[in-house]
Amino acid sequence: MFPLKELKRSALIALWFAFLTFPIMVIKVDPIERTVEWRWDNMFFIALGSFVISILSKVYLIRKERRAGRKKGNRSITEPFMQRILREPRFLYPLSLAVLVFALSFPYLFSTYQTNIMTTALMYVVLGLGLNIVVGVAGLLDLGYVAFYAVGAYSYALLNMHFNMGFWAVLPIGGLFAAFLGILLGFPVLRLRGDYLAIVTLGFGEIIRLILENWNDFSQGPSGIANIARPGFFGMDMSFAGGITYIYYLVVGLVIVTIFVVNRLQNSRLGRAWLALREDEIACQAMGIDKTKTKLVAFSLGAFWAGLVGVIFAAKTTFVNPASFTFLESAIILSIVVLGGMGSIVGVIFGALILILMPEYLRALSEYRMLAFGGILVVMMVFRPEGLISNVRRSYQFKKQSSGQASDRS
Amino acid sequence: MSEAILKVSGLTKNFGGIKAIDNVDLDIRPGEIVALIGPNGAGKTTFFNCLTGIYTPSAGDIRLCNPKSGLKTKLNGMKPNKITEKGMARTFQNIRLFPTMSVLENVMIGRHCRTKAFILGAIFRNPATRREEEEIIEMSYDILKKIGLHKEVNEEARNLSYGAQRRLEIGRALATEPFLLLLDEPAAGMNPKETEALVRLIRQICSEGHSILLIEHDMKLVMSLSDRIFVMDYGKKIAQGTPEEVRSNPAVIKAYLGEEVDA
Amino acid sequence: MDYFIELFFGGLTRGSIYALIALGYTMVYGIIGLINFAHGEIYMIGAFTSFIVATVLSIYGFPVLAIVVIAGLAAAVWSASYGFTIEKLAYRPLRKAPRLAPLISAIGMSIFLQNYVLLAQTSDFLPFPALIPEFAFMEPVAHIVGSSDLVILVTTALVMIGLTFLIKFTKIGKAMRATAQDKTMAVLVGINVDRVISATFIIGSALAAIGGLLIASHIGQINFYIGFIAGIKAFTAAVLGGIGSIPGAVLGSLVLGLTESFATGYVSSDYEDVFAFSLLVLILIFKPSGLLGKAETKKV
Repeated sequence: MFPLKELKRSALIALWFAFLTFPIMVIKVDPIERTVEWRWDNMFFIALGSFVISILSKVYLIRKERRAGRKKGNRSITEPFMQRILREPRFLYPLSLAVLVFALSFPYLFSTYQTNIMTTALMYVVLGLGLNIVVGVAGLLDLGYVAFYAVGAYSYALLNMHFNMGFWAVLPIGGLFAAFLGILLGFPVLRLRGDYLAIVTLGFGEIIRLILENWNDFSQGPSGIANIARPGFFGMDMSFAGGITYIYYLVVGLVIVTIFVVNRLQNSRLGRAWLALREDEIACQAMGIDKTKTKLVAFSLGAFWAGLVGVIFAAKTTFVNPASFTFLESAIILSIVVLGGMGSIVGVIFGALILILMPEYLRALSEYRMLAFGGILVVMMVFRPEGLISNVRRSYQFKKQSSGQASDRS
Repeated sequence: MSEAILKVSGLTKNFGGIKAIDNVDLDIRPGEIVALIGPNGAGKTTFFNCLTGIYTPSAGDIRLCNPKSGLKTKLNGMKPNKITEKGMARTFQNIRLFPTMSVLENVMIGRHCRTKAFILGAIFRNPATRREEEEIIEMSYDILKKIGLHKEVNEEARNLSYGAQRRLEIGRALATEPFLLLLDEPAAGMNPKETEALVRLIRQICSEGHSILLIEHDMKLVMSLSDRIFVMDYGKKIAQGTPEEVRSNPAVIKAYLGEEVDA
Repeated sequence: MDYFIELFFGGLTRGSIYALIALGYTMVYGIIGLINFAHGEIYMIGAFTSFIVATVLSIYGFPVLAIVVIAGLAAAVWSASYGFTIEKLAYRPLRKAPRLAPLISAIGMSIFLQNYVLLAQTSDFLPFPALIPEFAFMEPVAHIVGSSDLVILVTTALVMIGLTFLIKFTKIGKAMRATAQDKTMAVLVGINVDRVISATFIIGSALAAIGGLLIASHIGQINFYIGFIAGIKAFTAAVLGGIGSIPGAVLGSLVLGLTESFATGYVSSDYEDVFAFSLLVLILIFKPSGLLGKAETKKV
């Protein structure tokens, strides 16, 4: 039963939003023609929409409260379905294998166009996993992540243009450049408190973009650099479609390597230190963890991955310009990490696929894409800060009595 | 008598114009349990924070001497993590565990400064790294057994009871292999039974070769446990000595006016 | 010399506008310790609201003075409403969450509002009606200091005086200062902290709206993206002055405005924004407490 009081409250909220959005949503003026368009239907939709959303969120909160009340008695039953699958190797391994087979046969099942879109989505998976090390695991909010992506892309573009260097030679160089820049920037700024760090990285990202835009002699300015060579495969010439398939497999390979590496890092001495740092910096230091060094490693590792993907991006599109590296790009990658679940590898993969593929396939929605990204960040923080799939905590098994026989599963 | 493992002389800490600690001397000898007591706001926790590098002292000298190697270090201005590496670890008055990490992981973090594996080791998991990781787990589990939390290895630290959290903090500090352990109100919020277990634990830790400096308000615990007591009030050291000496010291009684000092 | 004076006044005008926005950042930060990333968007919405209202009124033939007053009021009212609503929706539920959660929420809000205006209105630059007339008495110096510069400087000064009065002497101002110092104590002495926080957002947003109106009529065009850059710059100004400090925000804004004005005037205008961002990065690295701010001591 839904109480009448709540209906009244929702009606008031609807009225308030009708008022709030009145000038922006209803009136549209044309200052040249000097005409005014009154869009009253918008007001109706806003009121109706906010009424419904208000009721739904109230219902959600009531149910959540009830669940929380019940949870105290019995915790194990409420372990989410996804978590159980991720915890059990007998589910996880066949599932991963199925996903891998699907991923490998994708170019044969779908068109070149689809493959191309999938490649983009997978690049965001890698970007998300890279940023996940920084934001999700180590808890450093990096709003200028796209700068490292740009460094990778421009490394390839410029080295290819000036020195005719090939893709494979530049791939590690791009990554290392980005990582080096990460260290250079990280050294002074990682001492800062979390929110200051966020703003400094944001400023840094914008500085890099503005330099690329204005320093014509270096970067050819806003017009960008075109005709970048596609990656070669032992000197073979490839058709256009073949090239796309090739890059697809390359990115799949990178995704696999990234998952492997990130997983290993998370379950290591270093990964534990990152987690601990996210939870309590002072306690961390008191436990003998070098705060600056540990953060710096996370920061530059994240940058390294952005650099790698940057090189691939340049090779895939054969064209780079500063417009690809705006703050919104950083925000998209951040949304992926936040939506998926900070610190969770599977979560980030889902986050990237949802956020990148959905607007591609629901063309009608693509206009609302950025609106949705913004909304997702807010809604996730308010209702589900742990993300769609929260990180699975590693657990350890010990045989009774003897302490030495430690075996663990992740 | 052997040389002091910690020698503090003339330690002073100013916050703006306020002297939170004013010219305090203190020393701890190997194998001792030393208590630092004083009314609320006397500057005891600030004193700890200066020792452990969280605050930089305004003046004075802190010297640590490793009883095994005889290595001497001046701690002033050193980073907290370096100080821990030198062999002095601490717990916090307001518990600062890693709340969403498991009990075992909390202790494993303590092993951080005694182990080496880094990026490449983590990625490739070479035999040395794997051995190190096993040792970390093994030793952490042993510590959990010692503090009686080995049944809760995979529990999140925040789900533990208050007393268990305090013990876990001690365990975490022990994992850094300190020769000097600083405990900031380890018995705060514990019931008598838990306190009793704590006293046994502290004695055991001490007998295993760790010296202990503790801040505590529970006078019964302090009097029964400590070899020597230092008393602070308004940032100054007002007395020091054995429990008997301190108990009969008029300055101490005055400082605690209204609070009963009984054993 | 004329060029120097022109740049000087240009910088002051710029700085005044930054100050109107920076105050919102600094007040909110002072009270809840949040970088209200969406504050730039509030300013943008203020500019849009005044644009829409002013254009509608001018089409219906209202006199200029009425247009200025009504558009200004409308901008202030709606921006304040947006500020109030955003705090309730996106920040209040996160009051006890870890520090980064409200910041991420604020970034989301900022992106959301930008695109909301983009979708509901347009992505084009819109010509803003010149609301401030050219005063006759300004004519002799018009080539150095425009009439709108004067209006902006005077308005900002009046607003500052009003705000200082509000914070120093009114009940809500005192409650705000108390809350900023110690939230728990404020609750204990009977201050309704939620209401104080709402009031802070409302005042800060209204100030930003006035800034939006002034700059829009000064520059003559607006679009949905103006909030982002202006927001970052005002934040830079607030940090420069020492975030949380109200006089600091004003001082920081003027310094930033003058720096930008002289840098673009004498060095290069291509890198105008790079100056601001570099300044921000440098202050945060070398003097995070700013010119007038107090260093934060960590409690252990």
